[in-house]
Amino acid sequence: MSASEPVVSLREVTKTFQAGDLTALQSIDLDVRPGELVSLIGPSGCGKSTLLRVIGDLVEPSSGEVVVNGKRARQARQDGDYGIVFQDPVLYDWRTVAKNISLPLELLGWSKARRTERVDELLALVELQGFGGHHPWQLSGGMQQRVSIARALSFSPALLLMDEPFGALDEMTRERLNAELLRIWEASGSTIVFVTHSIAEAVFLSSRVVVMSRRPGRIAAIVEIDLPQPRNADTREEPHFFELVTAVRDRLREGGLDEDRTAPDEGELLVGEGTP
Amino acid sequence: MAYAASAPARSSLRSSERTRRAALDLGLFLAVLAVLWAAWEAFKAIGEATGLRVGQFEVNDRTLPHLHDVVGILFEPSRRNGPLLIGVLWDAALFTAKEAAVGFVLGALFGFALGAVLAHSGLLQRGFLPYIVASQTIPILAVAPMVVVWVNPRLPEGLKDWGAVSVIAAYLTFFPVTINTLRGLTSVDPRALELMRSYAAGSWRVLWKLRVPAALPFIFAALKIAAPASVVGAIIGELPASIQSGLGGAILNFNQYYISAPTRLWATNLIAALLGISFFLVVLLAERLVVRRAPEHVA
Amino acid sequence: MRRARRLALEWLPAAAVFVGGIVFWEAIVRGFAIDDFLLPAPSDIAETLRNDWSELWSAAFFTFREALAGFVIGCAAGFVAAAAIARYTLLRTAVMPYAIAAGAVPIIAFAPITNNWFGVTGMSSKIAIAAILCFFPMLVNTMKGLTSVPASSIELMHSYAASELTVFRRVRLPSSLPYVFTGLKVGTVLAMIGAIVGDYFGGAPGALGVEIRRWVGIFAFDQAWAGIVLASALGIVFYGSVALIERLAMGWHPSIRGAGAE
Repeated sequence: MSASEPVVSLREVTKTFQAGDLTALQSIDLDVRPGELVSLIGPSGCGKSTLLRVIGDLVEPSSGEVVVNGKRARQARQDGDYGIVFQDPVLYDWRTVAKNISLPLELLGWSKARRTERVDELLALVELQGFGGHHPWQLSGGMQQRVSIARALSFSPALLLMDEPFGALDEMTRERLNAELLRIWEASGSTIVFVTHSIAEAVFLSSRVVVMSRRPGRIAAIVEIDLPQPRNADTREEPHFFELVTAVRDRLREGGLDEDRTAPDEGELLVGEGTP
Repeated sequence: MAYAASAPARSSLRSSERTRRAALDLGLFLAVLAVLWAAWEAFKAIGEATGLRVGQFEVNDRTLPHLHDVVGILFEPSRRNGPLLIGVLWDAALFTAKEAAVGFVLGALFGFALGAVLAHSGLLQRGFLPYIVASQTIPILAVAPMVVVWVNPRLPEGLKDWGAVSVIAAYLTFFPVTINTLRGLTSVDPRALELMRSYAAGSWRVLWKLRVPAALPFIFAALKIAAPASVVGAIIGELPASIQSGLGGAILNFNQYYISAPTRLWATNLIAALLGISFFLVVLLAERLVVRRAPEHVA
Repeated sequence: MRRARRLALEWLPAAAVFVGGIVFWEAIVRGFAIDDFLLPAPSDIAETLRNDWSELWSAAFFTFREALAGFVIGCAAGFVAAAAIARYTLLRTAVMPYAIAAGAVPIIAFAPITNNWFGVTGMSSKIAIAAILCFFPMLVNTMKGLTSVPASSIELMHSYAASELTVFRRVRLPSSLPYVFTGLKVGTVLAMIGAIVGDYFGGAPGALGVEIRRWVGIFAFDQAWAGIVLASALGIVFYGSVALIERLAMGWHPSIRGAGAE
């Protein structure tokens, strides 16, 4: 796969639930270039989490084409081409931090020596050296998410999918982890698709912000973020940052900010239909 | 869908969808019943044909009667010129139900009170909880004769015969209620407690307006266990008390005549099973009515 | 050292209640001159235990072996059945109401039938009843445990393209442990009850339930009460062993490490 081919390519992707009654995604066309950090932002129920799962072959689209890493999404999943991070760190209490991180490596059949080496690398990457022997409950929420990110990167996937990973954390931890994520992104060279509710976070992190409309979810706009890298806390105070935030907010308003309160919650739909 | 999580919340489905699912559930229930019956008859047929033996056990009409025979015997007299078996067992079941119901109420009230008292003090919990748990290891049947001798003379005339049985039923009932009342009352969100305190609500008010509604799902879970347990307690309690009029007595009676009429004992078991299930269903129904009124979301 | 001290402090109130309870019991019985039949004094029971130990112990142990065998068979069967059924949602929703209903049935009433199946004096009939009693709670609890895994965890496993078996081994099984142990603890109590009550419908001459009945019949109340105390003690040890294993196996679980306790 050449460097210019997109890591993720979506063509006319549509997803309906409840036998066609509910359209979560409508004709989504999107390319994600290698090394990009793309955010998906939109009002609740706009389908952004569903879209992320379509990319990861955790939800099958009703129609359309999904190509990940040059393959069909299912093949990409089976080949371990992406790592995923959820809002809930999903760490297993009965495993230490180190063993949590090495779980995908165990499943891939790596040798113990190789796993240990890689886990040490990753702990250094997410700045949790020395915590390998701890258990998840001994860590703060922010630290747990860092473990979750380390795990997602353990097998060096080309793509990282993140579903509001910092949504459950407080503002300050969030901003700190945003900076961490940028550092990790640079160090690992992965491509990231990042779902978020927070406009500031989207603008701070991304190369491009994909703004989605309310249900049925369409791409309302794509805002190019031309802030220079590397970005840091100062970036958040630059005038251009605020301009971009305003631009994204305006696009969101155009796409319809209001939540559709009478319809089932996106999460409920995903659980009810069952994952493949 | 393997292991799929539970279906979407009922409230979000249309009512036609709801009736469709209810019909499917009922169909499934009946289908399993039919499968179980077929499996029984199949096992019986195969066992008799192959002469299957496990130790002393062999398959024949005495050890594994036909299910339709078990149901059929209910509609025959239990002795020459006597009433139908189902009439006899119905009376026995009512008698046992009476003992069980009284025992259930006693046990539940006691369990609730005990749980409420313990909920107020961690010290009391650490001191007494091990013994409350240990109380269930005392073989109640062995202690039953003593209970009968001690309780019955102290009861008013009408209760003299069976009062002790209710005590035994209460013994099997109070434990799950105590444990779950305790868990429920102490499961309150600390922030809700703080809110109550900001209203300067006294601890009595807090108990009734906050802790008890929060504990209701737990308490009902316990009552669903305790109700059938009270039936078990009543049946067991009748045995040493030599009570003839209840299901325990019927079991002993038909056990004696098992060789000649095995289906009668099976039928008695069937009625006892139905009694236990009906107690369970009563609590289930009560839960549906009560907990829906409570503002808490059932965990 | 600190942990040992904390453990001691935690058990201090219970120990105090135990000592206080024994003293209170002795005082009440002596003070009110309570009939031997109803409730002997702890000191009398202790003396009987010492004098007739071998007879009491062999009866208690006989019944315990019945309970243990039934417990192992019933819990193992319940676990395996749950593991097989939980995989298929349809099967699970079909079976659940029946499993719950079976828990409401007075299974002990079935004891006379198992006596007729396996003979009154053998161990098998009591083992059968104990096994049936343990089976259903184990089935229900294990099924709940195996399906209690949050959806995000399953999605994570799917992102690794992990097979059903892998998900079962690495995620469902460990997260079902708390439920499995609940089922096991309930089983210990039920198995003992089953074995002893089963004796009432007829049992081996050396079994505890039978012996207690016999002692009551010949007014040997000291032995009867000593037997009851011994049965209770065995039940407590049985339950406690399982609780101990739970502590060791599940040190990671919130309920064991005391997080959010009380």
